[in-house]
Amino acid sequence: MFWQQLVNGLTVGSTYSLIALGYTLIFGVLGIINMAHGQIFIFGSLVGLVLMTSLNMPLGVALIVAIVISAILGLVLEYTALRPLRKKNVPHLASLISTIGFAILMEEAMHKFFGADSRAFPQSFGDTTFDLGLVQIRSVDLVILGISVLLMFVLHFWIQKTKMGKAIRATAENTDTANILGINTNMVIVVTVMLASALGGVAGILIGMAYSALIPTMGMTLGFKGLAVLILGGVGSIPGAMVCGVLLGIIEVFTVAYGDSSYRDAVAFGLIILILLLKPEGLFGRKA
Amino acid sequence: MKGFHLMRSLAAISLGAVLMVGCSSGGNTSAPAAGEGGSGQAASTDEQEIQAKIGVVGFLSGSGAAYGEAQKAGLELALGELNEANKGKLKIELKFEDSAGEKEGAINAVNKLINQDNVVAIIGPTLSGEMFAAGPVANEAETPIFGISNTSEGINDIGEYVFRNSLPESIAIPTAMKAAVEKNGLKKVALIHASNDDFSVNGYKVMKATAEKLGLEITGEATFANGDVDFSAQLTKLKQTNPDALLVSALYKEGSMVVKKARELGFTGTILGGNGFNNPKVFEIAGPAAEGLIVATPFSPEKKDDKVQAFVKAFEAKYNKKPDQFAAQAYDSLYIMSQSLLAAGKAEREELRGQLAQLRDFTGVSGKLSFDEKRNPIGDAVVVVAKEGKFVPFE
Repeated sequence: MFWQQLVNGLTVGSTYSLIALGYTLIFGVLGIINMAHGQIFIFGSLVGLVLMTSLNMPLGVALIVAIVISAILGLVLEYTALRPLRKKNVPHLASLISTIGFAILMEEAMHKFFGADSRAFPQSFGDTTFDLGLVQIRSVDLVILGISVLLMFVLHFWIQKTKMGKAIRATAENTDTANILGINTNMVIVVTVMLASALGGVAGILIGMAYSALIPTMGMTLGFKGLAVLILGGVGSIPGAMVCGVLLGIIEVFTVAYGDSSYRDAVAFGLIILILLLKPEGLFGRKA
Repeated sequence: MKGFHLMRSLAAISLGAVLMVGCSSGGNTSAPAAGEGGSGQAASTDEQEIQAKIGVVGFLSGSGAAYGEAQKAGLELALGELNEANKGKLKIELKFEDSAGEKEGAINAVNKLINQDNVVAIIGPTLSGEMFAAGPVANEAETPIFGISNTSEGINDIGEYVFRNSLPESIAIPTAMKAAVEKNGLKKVALIHASNDDFSVNGYKVMKATAEKLGLEITGEATFANGDVDFSAQLTKLKQTNPDALLVSALYKEGSMVVKKARELGFTGTILGGNGFNNPKVFEIAGPAAEGLIVATPFSPEKKDDKVQAFVKAFEAKYNKKPDQFAAQAYDSLYIMSQSLLAAGKAEREELRGQLAQLRDFTGVSGKLSFDEKRNPIGDAVVVVAKEGKFVPFE
């Protein structure tokens, strides 16, 4: 059972990682926590899911639609809730509140468009399970794991090696200096917000596959998990988000497997508090 | 503390209002309109139309809005039919309030309906937990409150003014379990339930007690929380204990996902669910995994009964979907209300309570219903099994 539960934890955890990446990207560049992240990507993936179920679109199309819609919503967020406040140079707390406002708006819009019910996610990979002796891995789990790991590596490489990635890192380091050095920081911010939301779109579809359903309220519950990972990994740290997402997933699953399922969140968040006491900047964070 | 004082004083005010009506209706023909607790246009003569304002508290927004919407649909369908049929005798007006599934929301809604809207009775709230919070408020204000989906134990113990037409789980679940044990020869069972929901916890207790009574071995237990989306760890653990059957006590949203996940993880035994599963949405969410799911229910749209089929047809014509148990029991509740209001002859809280308490052999779309001396509903549960996308009688 240990190995089987480990696979469960990996699958759950890799979706947490993808969510946390969205938070960490935006935090890194803008220094704010985007409270609407969860709602944005669930909205995007719900649109994808509806296309799949009502128009019989293939999974690939749904994934692209989810990415595009989430990215567009990220763009709307930037132009309505973030940029106007940034121009006025108000404290960061203000944009935290404006993203919460955006989140509520998104949640109500989802109820209007999609209803409050959970929506079943069609099985796209059949029921094939691979028996590896110790564990049985469903093909869905393999796809989820594969896509998340691949995405994380691509993102990591992109941030480290490409010109745009360097611009993002420069802006994250110091927006004003980056501006002086000729980086169009406004453009960098737009790209980052859209990229973070698009990553969310992928996460949303993978979550739908992992849990076999999407629920409008998932945005909030999973958003909180993503936030926890963000803090645990160290805000703004990309490797931190990746590793700690998986870590949180495994901790949660093992709490249920070997402890009491009602303590799932208590143990997970208790451990986070403990880690933060020992290492306040997060596991991968830089000392301020 | 502050909230408690406020509640107390509100209850006192509304109590005062009721007493005032009691005084003014005694021998005074031109009762003042203000402060009349629910008596509306004070019509005690037979020729005059009774005007009754009934409040409804429902889970109309948030994660369980689907339940509240179903109830609202059932009530509105019944309202149209009843106001048409009783033209000139009784006119019911419904006042909907949203509790958002929160206990505080339910208390606020009940207070508002009683004190501001002067309703003669309240239908709802949706969740058992909400009823435990809001029921005492209505009871204190001597306003009948009528649960249409509260199946927990102890609802009727709240007070004399609390009624319900929803069969308690303690009747429904054992019926289903006995049938499943006889038919499928179950010996070992595992239990899973939502630990943060009164309704699911209560269903779980009944399941456990029944399993012990039937001499079944309990191989494992697990819990989750309403709003959870990942059940793989719990189900992997339970599957490991190798039970013949999985007993799930949950609302349909999480329940359907549990069923789906259990099947995906390769569990092939019987799955038996509580009352919450009795919703056509189960098939949408769980898909083919729902096949074989056993549930006890007071209402099945497949039941071969003229009354049921007429209701299903009218509901489908109006809303373009099949009614579930929530809609059916809401529909029945308004019929019970109108029958009792007509018998009382006026829209007055105390009279209505007296008539409701005397309800015997009411035949509705969710079966025959009587109240015992403690106002507990007595009715039959039908055991159904999921087959090709719908629930059919389990034989």
